Amino acid sequence: MKFLPLVWRSLMRRKLRTLFTSLSIVVAFLLFGALMALKAAFGMGVDLAGQDRLVMIQKVSFIQPLPRSYQGRIAASDGIAAVTHASWFGGIYQDPKNFFAQFAVEPEPWLQMYPEYALPEDRKQAWYANRTGAIVGRSLADRFGWKVGDRVPLQGTIFRTSDDSPWTFTIEGIYEAGTQGADTTQLFFHYDYLNETRTILKDEVGWYIVRVGDPQQSDVIAGRLDAMFANSSAETKTSTEKAFVQAFAKQIGDIGSILMAILAAVLFTMLLVAANTMGQAVRERTSELAVMKTLGFTDGHLLTLVLLESVLLATVGGGTGLLLAWLITQGGDPTGGLLPAFFLPTRDLVLGVGLVLVLGIAAGLLPAWQASRLRIVDALRRQG
Amino acid sequence: MQALSQILAITLVNIRSIPQRLGASVVAIIGIAGVVVVFVSVLSIAQGFRAAMTTAGDPRTAIVLRAGTDSEMSSGLSREQTQIVKDAPGLTRGPDGPVASAELFVIVNHPKRSTGTDANVPLRGVEAGAFAVRPRLRMVEGRKFEPGRNEIVVGRAAAGQFEGLAVGSDVRWGANVWKVVGIFEADGAISESEIWCDARVLQGAYRRGDSFQSVYVQLEREDALAAFKARLAADPRLTVMVERETDYLAAQSTVLQTIIRTIGFVIAGLMGIGAIFGAINTMYNAVASRTREIATLRALGFGALSIVSSVMAESAVLALIGGVLGGMLSWVFFDGYRTSTMNFQSFSQVAFAFRVTPTLLAQGLACALAMGLLGGILPAVRAARLPIVSALREL
Repeated sequence: MKFLPLVWRSLMRRKLRTLFTSLSIVVAFLLFGALMALKAAFGMGVDLAGQDRLVMIQKVSFIQPLPRSYQGRIAASDGIAAVTHASWFGGIYQDPKNFFAQFAVEPEPWLQMYPEYALPEDRKQAWYANRTGAIVGRSLADRFGWKVGDRVPLQGTIFRTSDDSPWTFTIEGIYEAGTQGADTTQLFFHYDYLNETRTILKDEVGWYIVRVGDPQQSDVIAGRLDAMFANSSAETKTSTEKAFVQAFAKQIGDIGSILMAILAAVLFTMLLVAANTMGQAVRERTSELAVMKTLGFTDGHLLTLVLLESVLLATVGGGTGLLLAWLITQGGDPTGGLLPAFFLPTRDLVLGVGLVLVLGIAAGLLPAWQASRLRIVDALRRQG
Repeated sequence: MQALSQILAITLVNIRSIPQRLGASVVAIIGIAGVVVVFVSVLSIAQGFRAAMTTAGDPRTAIVLRAGTDSEMSSGLSREQTQIVKDAPGLTRGPDGPVASAELFVIVNHPKRSTGTDANVPLRGVEAGAFAVRPRLRMVEGRKFEPGRNEIVVGRAAAGQFEGLAVGSDVRWGANVWKVVGIFEADGAISESEIWCDARVLQGAYRRGDSFQSVYVQLEREDALAAFKARLAADPRLTVMVERETDYLAAQSTVLQTIIRTIGFVIAGLMGIGAIFGAINTMYNAVASRTREIATLRALGFGALSIVSSVMAESAVLALIGGVLGGMLSWVFFDGYRTSTMNFQSFSQVAFAFRVTPTLLAQGLACALAMGLLGGILPAVRAARLPIVSALREL
């Protein structure tokens, strides 16, 4: 610790270079944070998928509906803890550009199925009681400035009211993310309201969500459910929620992976550039280090000093960068509702801190080793 | 004139001496090249996607959907309504009546080659007029499907991106088995990502009754759209919206484009800042290593302006090298790269090729130059302000 002032002085030797080097490290780690948040977004929240939840869709395509009558048959099947369903609504709020997801669900079973949507008990009850009530996620509410009690008109696209007037929902609650990264950009409303009011697809639902008693049995149960509805007019495809989300995310295709690869390569280059500049700062001081050796600093001392200097620089820059990245991703989705799972996972934040230390040590190691191996006479002679 | 020749002389000296400061110069070049790679390649994705969505669109083709919908997927029209649309005046007439096609648009689960997992592949049920409405579309392999049979023709891009769609093979979606009888091309247009079959057969297979989702029509003249639109709007039996196909497709591609562009600009912007810092460092080093040289020049009578310009010019040259390098890298790696992705607005797959256009490359170079100049300002000013006497004495 007593060497800290000395390390500080060497950093301040060239204030501007230290400033710009640490700024480029800040940018590199800010980029790292953005990259990781983007990765989470492209994964569409696959890490958040429930281990014990299965998703059952129509076999041909998820846009095809399933009969509501399946619900009872699924519930009666072995190993099933709960079953509920959801339907895509696809309404337009004022302008198609204001896109957000809306689902018709069974309110109480839905919130039990998805505990990650956190809502106070009294709001829950208010929603259950109001047939035209809806709940919205925090980011969605913030996006349009909605409050509890507001009335939201949505123009139906697939589903029309009998006179084609807009569907109107009363916001009964605003749910928060119960777990990190839970999607708070959606609107949920009563399936009964949809089913009674719409003119087509009566008693059909979009897909089923099934909670199994024992997650180990997921695949067996999924197979059994699909077998149950094989050769019916609506065959099914059941998979774990994780597999379902993964398959959906994979549809983005290699664009996602290409973006990530480009960015990762560039991040790596930026780190190299920063490391190079840091190394240069040490090499420039060869004669100074020789003088210190003459004064009695040991090889170990110099090694520590130089390493400490580089780690300090990396920590200050990298720490600031990660902090900025964290602050920015707190703001959520930069595209306004298109990448709902945009957040910086804690795991990646820890990874970032590790990377900061690696950068500091890797950048300092070679010059530090050179410094400790320095022969005083050569070093003093080198500067003419 | 003298000032100019001074600037030229010093700039040449600076540029010729770049190899002596190779390490630092390479750092600046790499930093800037990186930014240009990200900028150009990310935007080439957006560019290619847009091209796939909008090229080959005939300005005479219009699409009719139910009013208040934002895509074919959520639209719905009865056979009577489609008939009224087709009978409206203002459409091209061929030997079989108006050039128009009432169509159904659904998606099917079908495995994608690159991942092996199911993707949402667009399946379009069309009428015989569909080929006339899209004049650029032509069969390149096999034949058209026969009306009333479970036969499909596959777009060239779809055949490349999804498994088992070669001519002659059978595919099974749910309870229906379809035979692939042909492959078509459409100058790289969105149709190439689709699979086509007879609309009547699709209605049956998907229990859609006698309903359609859209009508594609060919207008007599390019400017006949407004009149056609007014005519349909005046008909009390219809509540439809009419759009030129090119406008419709452009609107359908906005979401994905917004995502890609946001990512491209935010990330490239961040990196740009980082690269500017890198350039500043490099140029400070360059100035510092030449302190005595610069002071000597000043003592000989070279003006401050020439010094400033020479440093800026050096920085600009480094940036341009980086820009050209980055542009070349992205062109070599990404131009023409074929892939497919999900269009968020229709949830269905669109196959397309990345396009590194000359405009993009020029924009990349402009960015590089801007970064170089920004990075050069501070060091240049510093070089010009060096106190001559003390600088000469240094080392």
